[in-house]
Amino acid sequence: MKNSPPGDDVENLASLKPPRASEDWTEMLALMAETRDKSLYVDLFRHFAPRVKAYVLRLGVVPSAAEEVTQEIMLAVWRKAHLFNAAKAAASTWIFTLARNQSIDWMRSQKYPQYEFDDQKPETSEAASVPSAGEAEVLSDRMAAAIKTLPENQAQVIFMSFFEGRSHGEIANRLDIPLGSVKSRLRLASEKLRTLWGDAV
Amino acid sequence: MKINHHLDDATLVSYSAGALSQGMALVVASHLAICPECQRRNEQTDAIGGALLDDLVDDSAVDDKIDDGMLNDLLAKLDEEPEVTTAAPWPKTDIPRPLAEYVGANLERVEWKRIVPGVYFHELPFGNGGVSRLLRIAPGKTILPHSHEGNELTLILRGSFSDELGRFAAGDVADLDDQVEHQPLVDSSEDCICLVATDAPLRFTTWFGRLVQPITGF
Repeated sequence: MKNSPPGDDVENLASLKPPRASEDWTEMLALMAETRDKSLYVDLFRHFAPRVKAYVLRLGVVPSAAEEVTQEIMLAVWRKAHLFNAAKAAASTWIFTLARNQSIDWMRSQKYPQYEFDDQKPETSEAASVPSAGEAEVLSDRMAAAIKTLPENQAQVIFMSFFEGRSHGEIANRLDIPLGSVKSRLRLASEKLRTLWGDAV
Repeated sequence: MKINHHLDDATLVSYSAGALSQGMALVVASHLAICPECQRRNEQTDAIGGALLDDLVDDSAVDDKIDDGMLNDLLAKLDEEPEVTTAAPWPKTDIPRPLAEYVGANLERVEWKRIVPGVYFHELPFGNGGVSRLLRIAPGKTILPHSHEGNELTLILRGSFSDELGRFAAGDVADLDDQVEHQPLVDSSEDCICLVATDAPLRFTTWFGRLVQPITGF
């Protein structure tokens, strides 16, 4: 029957890959940390590795090193997975921080100062179990939507910060606006994103 | 520890973005290590990065293709034992851990250089234009009035000072920009020790300050 809805064809069902809902990534990473299941790692790799590489290049790691840096980051995803706390961050956020730190370490040959994950180890039992289906992930989707609603001049300073690693002073020079304007745009953007994002927090 | 002065949103965004100098990032990380409120805000600014990362696809401008070679290399490495990083129990200290990695866990063991009587500094190993140092200032002493070309971040580790903006005690961070001219005065009975970073040289506002700046750098 030509007009049957998709999926009605039982014989083809096996070949249909279930669509991967975005909230799966956080759950999947938490599950991988617990089970050390490599097939989960493969799925996570296929989703995140191209994004990580694109990010690493934008931030300024030279193309000849981008593969190597990406590989280190993706290895850290496996090795540091026990530090991932799904109650605090979506998979994309956690992997972003790994990618940022590793890229900066590489570019500056100096560790980007950070407060270690183990400074605030999750309170054992609660966080050890797989979290209630990806609240952080829902928030992450909401953040993505919120970023798209920023006025252009605010989105611009966010992009220059996150994708080019530019300081307030560098952005001010680049856009030929006072330092104070850069900071107030960043503040406005951050406030707006927090409001849009944090309603449920 | 009751913290009254926190990081500016603009600073937290840049920290999450990886856009701060090493010295400024160290002040931020050190404050975050002791301030749950700013940690929560930092989780939010990190989530901006997460959302942007997740959106980075199908952009033909960058060569983000990954072949299965990398995946196969990685799969071969997954069973290797990673170097075990069992964090040693951290001694009780008033130095936040990110800072302790550079100066040790004991403020008493820091080596100080004198600028003028009652004012000492310890330089941190970041050579990137701005200032990054520990300052130790005796009670009743003041820093010469100055403003900034860029940003100035100060984390108070011990003691306290007051300036035009209020009173800053241990744990507080003063997050200032080029609109602010201030003259901090130490008002605690013990030395005030703080971690300071700027992303551009300071601008002293008195002829004397400008005169000694080449010597003090601060």
